[in-house]
Amino acid sequence: MKPSSWVVVRAPWLAVSLRIDRRVPPVLLLATLATLIAMIVNVGVGEYPIAPLDVIKSVLHLPSAGAEHSFIVNTLRLPRMLVAALVGLALGISGAIMQGLTRNPLADPDILGISPGAGLAAVTLIVVVQSVSSDLVSLGAFAGALLAALLIYLLAWRSGDSPLRLILVGVGLGAIAGALTTLMLTFGNLYDVQRALSWLTGSIYGRSWKEFWALLPWVLLFTPPALLLARDLNALHLGEEIAQGLGVRVTLRRGMLMLIAVALAGATVAAAGTIGFVGLMAPHIGRRLVGADHIGLLPTAGLVGAFTVVAADLVGRTLFAPIELPVGLVTAAIGAPFFLFLLWRQRSASLLRGS
Amino acid sequence: MAATTASEPNHLLRLPRSRAALLFGLLVGAGVLLLAMMSSIALGAADIAPGDVWASLFHFDPASTDHLVIRTLRIPRATVAALVGASLAVAGAIMQALTRNPLSDPGILGINTGAALGVVAGIYYLNIGSLSMYALFAFAGATVTAVAVYMLGSLGYGGPTPLKLTIAGAALTALLSSFTTGILILNQRTLEEVRFWLAGSVAGRDLALLLQVTPYLLGGLLLALALGRQLTTIALGEDVARGLGQHTGWVKGLAALAVVLLAGGSVAIAGPIAFVGLVIPHMARFVVGVDYRWILPYAMLLGAVFLVLSDVAARVLVRPMELPLGVMTALIGGPFFIYLVRWRVRK
Repeated sequence: MKPSSWVVVRAPWLAVSLRIDRRVPPVLLLATLATLIAMIVNVGVGEYPIAPLDVIKSVLHLPSAGAEHSFIVNTLRLPRMLVAALVGLALGISGAIMQGLTRNPLADPDILGISPGAGLAAVTLIVVVQSVSSDLVSLGAFAGALLAALLIYLLAWRSGDSPLRLILVGVGLGAIAGALTTLMLTFGNLYDVQRALSWLTGSIYGRSWKEFWALLPWVLLFTPPALLLARDLNALHLGEEIAQGLGVRVTLRRGMLMLIAVALAGATVAAAGTIGFVGLMAPHIGRRLVGADHIGLLPTAGLVGAFTVVAADLVGRTLFAPIELPVGLVTAAIGAPFFLFLLWRQRSASLLRGS
Repeated sequence: MAATTASEPNHLLRLPRSRAALLFGLLVGAGVLLLAMMSSIALGAADIAPGDVWASLFHFDPASTDHLVIRTLRIPRATVAALVGASLAVAGAIMQALTRNPLSDPGILGINTGAALGVVAGIYYLNIGSLSMYALFAFAGATVTAVAVYMLGSLGYGGPTPLKLTIAGAALTALLSSFTTGILILNQRTLEEVRFWLAGSVAGRDLALLLQVTPYLLGGLLLALALGRQLTTIALGEDVARGLGQHTGWVKGLAALAVVLLAGGSVAIAGPIAFVGLVIPHMARFVVGVDYRWILPYAMLLGAVFLVLSDVAARVLVRPMELPLGVMTALIGGPFFIYLVRWRVRK
């Protein structure tokens, strides 16, 4: 990396200085703008189309906004959009943390059992208990995710933690939970199975302010510490010995970062089911946009995630309207081609050989 | 990202093993496999005495139902389980060497996802309905996907590097599996048709189907065993391998071909069975260390024994019903794998 490609940001009144990649500020700005535009467009489209300008007026509660717009925008569509953005943000950051910690490009929050645990809990409720309310499914999924993460961490603990042991235990436990889930999908009542499949795909259909307010505290509580720990994550990413040599308390910091990743991803599961792809791919896309430094990568991965989920929802709602595709089905359809395009475009040695 | 660091677990505790001990271990493994297959033939919805099993092989009596069951159902089924187990384990070992990632398995080349999409699309659009048609569509889907992943992963500088292969595979896999899920959510008939197949099973696989797939599997196994030395080198790193005079492009291409034959053939006959390709190579590595000349044969035997026994358990546990094999593998292998990881992964 050429030295000129870094920017130093100093905030003397806060006694903070950051050295970030030169690409970070424009990319963050662009990603934020793109996400906002996607949200506005998404709120506008639907059975009752609303012009983008009217959407903005309604959201800001300007007096010139029509009352009928306000109901559709502020009660029906806006909360759902905000949930989508938060879910994507949380998944992107969570995935970037997990890949940084485990130093494995295939890692995502699911290594810590988030999707397998949540999936097993939710599918059990839907298929075995039957006709449960979706609130209970959310709660069960959240509990399942946390329980699985805790179990994996404890099982992988052996007078100390180890990323490799964690990954492998996560794989083992994930496989067991996945098998039990498959069992229920194979023998369950067909109608319930379809509902379970749709939950497993991840959907934000009909999400309201209630889900938004349930999700927001988690994101607000756990995103800032993630950004503050980005420097430690950089050190840990270089390897345990190097991190130790740089004065990082490895086990403590790793535990904190893992807790953040679990909390963020677990909260999304409760809000939207197990949306795949974002936690895995948003960090890779982010890395190709701004490089591997986590100070810039964490917010970028988060915004890429937010954009992916919002855009996926837009496509899912409009492609086969009035039939709606679950958002989890479309995230991969949007993200994968974009990612492969980046892979194809950036054919320079330094970025693609790994490291 | 450093795919390299967490890759080959050469920092695992490794027991010193002599060549003779390793050869002896292979013999023992072959014996265990034979026993496992015998028990698979004897046990089932109706138990058959070992003496009858023997008799049906060497003094076949066409009037005996037991003999008929053994010859037309049980033996093909046990053979399929053994072959598929061996193939998946070897394919997984190759993928882990190729991508230098302990999380890698044939699924990374998109084999299972491609096969599943092939079958699901076949049912949805063309109304295919027999196991042999499933096999055809599965193999076609697997092959096309694997080629696409390999080509996408080869784009740009350096050809198919581990990192590019891995993430190109992960991305394409995610894309295809969302198509599959889409069809299943929107179409209940397809879901009903295919959900047992999707869980993986060797039930009802007869001799004709087995014979169709065997050439691919055996070819793949031979090719893989021939590549043992090259895989050991390439698992050390691309630069090391090239420095040692290896034509890495050829090795990677041939290894990928072996994976397609092995995993593609397996998914064609038995459906997507997860876990074997991921976990058995690690178990083999726990036993023999990092040398693929030994990892591959050990993975072969371990995989075969493991899948045959899983199939027995799947049939016997909830008689007269059957659990899907893909579920059984994870339920049996999962706890054991976690135990091994706790015991053997020190760092």
